[in-house]
Amino acid sequence: MSEPHPVALLIEDERQIRRFVRAALEGQSWTVHEAETLRQGLSDASTRRPDLIILDLGLPDGDGIDLLRDLRQWSKVPVIVLSARVSEHDKIEALDEGADDYLTKPFGVGELLARVRATSRRRQEHGLNPSVPFEFGDVSVDLTTRTVLRAGATIHLTPIEYRLLALLIINEGRVLTHRQILSEVWGPSHAGDAHYLRVYMGHLRQKMEVDPARPQHILTETAIGYRLVQKPRA
Amino acid sequence: MGTEDKQRPDPDELLARVKQQEADARRGKLRIYFGSSAGVGKTYAMLVAARKLFGEGRDVVVGIVETHGRSETEAMLEGLPVIAPTMLLYRDKELPEFDLDTALKRHPALILVDELAHSNVQGVRHPKRWQDVDELLAAGIDVFTTLNVQHLESLNDVVGGITNVRVWETVPDKVFDQADEVVLVDIPADELLARLKAGKVYIAHQAERAAGNFFRKGNLMALRELALRRTADRVEGDVQAYRVDKSIGSVWKTGNALLTCIGPDAGAERVIRAAARLANQLNADWHAIYVETPALQRLSAPRRERILAALSLAQQLGATTAVIANPQVAESVVSYARDHNLSKLVIGRNPGRRMWPWQRSSGQKLAMLAPDIDLVEIGQSGGTVNGGPIQRITADSVESVERRRRKSLRYVWAALACMAISVATMPLALHFDPANIVAIFILGVVLVAVRLGRGPAALAAVLSVCAFDFFFVPPRFAFAVNDVQYLLTFIIMLAVGLITGQLTAGLRFQARVASHRQERAQSLYEIARELSGAVQIDQVVTISSESIERTFRAQAALLLPSPNAQLIAVPSRDQTSLAVDIGIAQWAFDKGQPAGFGTDTLPGSDVLYIPLRAPLDTRGVLAIKAQNRRLLRIPEQRRLLDTFAALIAIALERVHYVDVAQHAVVTMESERLRNSLLAALSHDLRTPLTVLIGLADMLALSKPPLSAEQRETAESIQDEARRMSALVTNLLDMARIESGQVQFNLQWQPFEEVVGAALNGMQLMLKEHKVIVRLPLDLPLVRFDSMLLERVLANLLENASKYTPPGTSITLSARVVDDRLRVTVEDDGPGLPKGREEAVFQKFARGERESSTPGVGLGLPICRAIVEAHGGTITGRNRPEGGATFTFTLPLGQPPPPEPEEDAGELSSAPRGRSEPLAESDR
Repeated sequence: MSEPHPVALLIEDERQIRRFVRAALEGQSWTVHEAETLRQGLSDASTRRPDLIILDLGLPDGDGIDLLRDLRQWSKVPVIVLSARVSEHDKIEALDEGADDYLTKPFGVGELLARVRATSRRRQEHGLNPSVPFEFGDVSVDLTTRTVLRAGATIHLTPIEYRLLALLIINEGRVLTHRQILSEVWGPSHAGDAHYLRVYMGHLRQKMEVDPARPQHILTETAIGYRLVQKPRA
Repeated sequence: MGTEDKQRPDPDELLARVKQQEADARRGKLRIYFGSSAGVGKTYAMLVAARKLFGEGRDVVVGIVETHGRSETEAMLEGLPVIAPTMLLYRDKELPEFDLDTALKRHPALILVDELAHSNVQGVRHPKRWQDVDELLAAGIDVFTTLNVQHLESLNDVVGGITNVRVWETVPDKVFDQADEVVLVDIPADELLARLKAGKVYIAHQAERAAGNFFRKGNLMALRELALRRTADRVEGDVQAYRVDKSIGSVWKTGNALLTCIGPDAGAERVIRAAARLANQLNADWHAIYVETPALQRLSAPRRERILAALSLAQQLGATTAVIANPQVAESVVSYARDHNLSKLVIGRNPGRRMWPWQRSSGQKLAMLAPDIDLVEIGQSGGTVNGGPIQRITADSVESVERRRRKSLRYVWAALACMAISVATMPLALHFDPANIVAIFILGVVLVAVRLGRGPAALAAVLSVCAFDFFFVPPRFAFAVNDVQYLLTFIIMLAVGLITGQLTAGLRFQARVASHRQERAQSLYEIARELSGAVQIDQVVTISSESIERTFRAQAALLLPSPNAQLIAVPSRDQTSLAVDIGIAQWAFDKGQPAGFGTDTLPGSDVLYIPLRAPLDTRGVLAIKAQNRRLLRIPEQRRLLDTFAALIAIALERVHYVDVAQHAVVTMESERLRNSLLAALSHDLRTPLTVLIGLADMLALSKPPLSAEQRETAESIQDEARRMSALVTNLLDMARIESGQVQFNLQWQPFEEVVGAALNGMQLMLKEHKVIVRLPLDLPLVRFDSMLLERVLANLLENASKYTPPGTSITLSARVVDDRLRVTVEDDGPGLPKGREEAVFQKFARGERESSTPGVGLGLPICRAIVEAHGGTITGRNRPEGGATFTFTLPLGQPPPPEPEEDAGELSSAPRGRSEPLAESDR
């Protein structure tokens, strides 16, 4: 064991949920600290120096979003939020406030671990190595030469399509909200024009996906945003 | 500056005119054929015009036309549709009467109603035919009618003066003035006389003698002049209205209203008519008042009735009326005039009854008090027509007998008092000076005046003088007087007695008036206070009927409308005595006008029905039956009653809105409760499910690996928990959609995106089926809530996978049909059960009743709720080749424009024909 165990902070008020999340993480060699309240979670976040925070948005003593906002003032630690299905608005807000990913209750251990892996990998890699082309499906993207190959043939993208694709690749595995993509690609003043984004995303899929109606890599997170996955789920 | 102002129409006046025009547009048009006397050919002229319109295709109906057996008139009637008159029994005779209700039901475009001034037989809705006509007009029916000049209310006495024949059937001038058209039917007097001789003029048998006097050439010429002049007045009015309308010239209403003051004598009616004519000519508002002094208060009941009748005549002629109690007539008239800004005063002249040279006539007094007010004195009529019954009066004879008895009793008491004083002071005569005795007698007179009033006081004064003379002035016990100086004592004693009696009685009267006023104010205050505390209809009913019974000594009942605007009598506690006629009450409610006793509508009833009009709506009807019927005719009492009605109406309206508000609060509260219940349910059900799924997962993944059997168990725990979770989601969604709590997040988006998301989410469930997706590439953007539409697709796909065997295919396709996007999900399974294609969209319905396939049938109802909320439709049916098809549509609408293209510099490899925006814009 050259590396010490990574540390995860689990902020969740339901004991049973803490129990299985902890078990799942410990199964993957994480050290898990638990916090039941917002206040305790915030102080643990500074004292325990976690490598990952799993945060329930519905805490008894306050809104998880507030904790996230505080945390992001001084820390870039990856955060995965847990939330109920109906509260799309909360998820979007959490993502916009700097959460890295979200899980909808109820969720299985498989989903949890997949998110944890993706999140911590991104962190370890500290961004992509630009000299290595990024590959998904039969597509290969070289971010240094700005070339896009599909099954060996060059694909021509419009500038906006290319920027969209690059943004998704840099954030591979991570959900990007409509707002985040719009302000990155079009600029902050276009944050409301989500239908532009949807149209371009459709074009991109038609160029990148085998079956654009059933995308395998450029996935839609309904009502929230998009996510690029390198390897489709089994 | 000034002239400019005059030429600019007053905005208020224009507004009033516009409102009037709007009302007129809904009202029918009235045309009056106006003539100077019977026999000029009004009916004939009316029929000629009606026939012409009938020939042109107008819906003309004859309501009632009196042909009086004249053949040429009868010939004119031929071919016109006629409403059969109703036959009414009156004094053992069957009389034909115009059938108003049939006419209203028939609702022709134009109806002919002859003889506008006709009085209806008792038992018909309105006492007068012009009121029938008014109702026809209000219903939007045009009316042609006929009228003779002597039947015009304001000319009634003038015509009476000319012809010495007074008619009692009159039509208010306002009907004539508000008629849309007046057609003057005119023939020279000689020709009319010739027609009369030829027997072409109908005269009732009993009137034949009078007719001899009536149809004299002089009379006919005078009547003709009156008719012409009245028509000319009207035409002038029309011209003026036209000029105002077109802003021609500067003839504006000066706004100087007039005031007329009437007294108890028979000339009052004449003064009223004169004032009405004058007001009409000046185009001014007018007021009529009666000042009740102590002297007038003591008038006999029939005379007071006559005053009230004169006031109600004034009201009919358009005046605002009032009764003022004040001993100073002139002062109160002037102050009323000043308060209401009335610049002209019309009074009757009474030259007689001037006892003393220094007494001035009322006209002189008024002139002195208010030199700035124009004074018009109306001369007395010297004719024989003067007087006559103004209205038949049903004097309450029982009451007046009772009053007379009480009155004479007071005089007896006064006499007894004098005797008592005489007897009591007799022993004092020896010790006291007669001057002191006089003082005691005067004290007696004052006391009598205080207790018993003016008449008894006068009697007491005279008796006291006599008694003093008889018992105390030497020679005692004789009326003879030794010392002449006692004569002076007598005179002074009498004068002091009379004057003090007069003054005290005056004070007494004023105190009584004040206490009446106080009572009225008190009763108003009380009902207002009590009603303000009422929060339920029952309370309002009880409070109002009680206080009306108390204040008016009358029986009262409230009738309130049911939700369909039909009145129902509200039974109050002792509500057995007052028999209300729902029909009349309903009429009053519908028209918003009082009906029954003392009104124009069914005055034969002894119950008065007052609509309770609140600011927003008519809230019901107040029925009232006074024991003393005169009470309701006094303007003050009527006004008080109207104020009561307004207060009750406002209270009812307030209670109504309290109910509405309460209902809203209850709805809000239950909504809030439901929402918090849903939220709690959602949290409390999901948390254990999350735990269950997580723990089952942990179990399956635990190390060392479980046996295959244990593993399977753990997986089925997880599957069932997920299914349960889906069910909870469905249930909560349904509850939320049904309560209208879902906020739709509608966005323009490509349809294929939501298809991709749904298929992605359903991957596991669909893994045993072959899914075919057919989406055209040129689908337009559609506006929908992606979350909810994904649920629709997921539910349809889940349904298809659940009810079809593994290995079969599921086809999802979409295309544009007309202005809708049409999406179908087809399978080739067993299909829907026959005849239940619609039933599957019902809650908790499933294809097969005892199916082993899990899942409560909530998926399709949710689909329907969501699709319908998007303005679309969803249906299910069986395919002819087997399998089920579910089809839903979404409206397309107008999508926002695509992002403007800018730069086509870079090559696009867009493969499939879609125009590619190449914008590399703002950096």
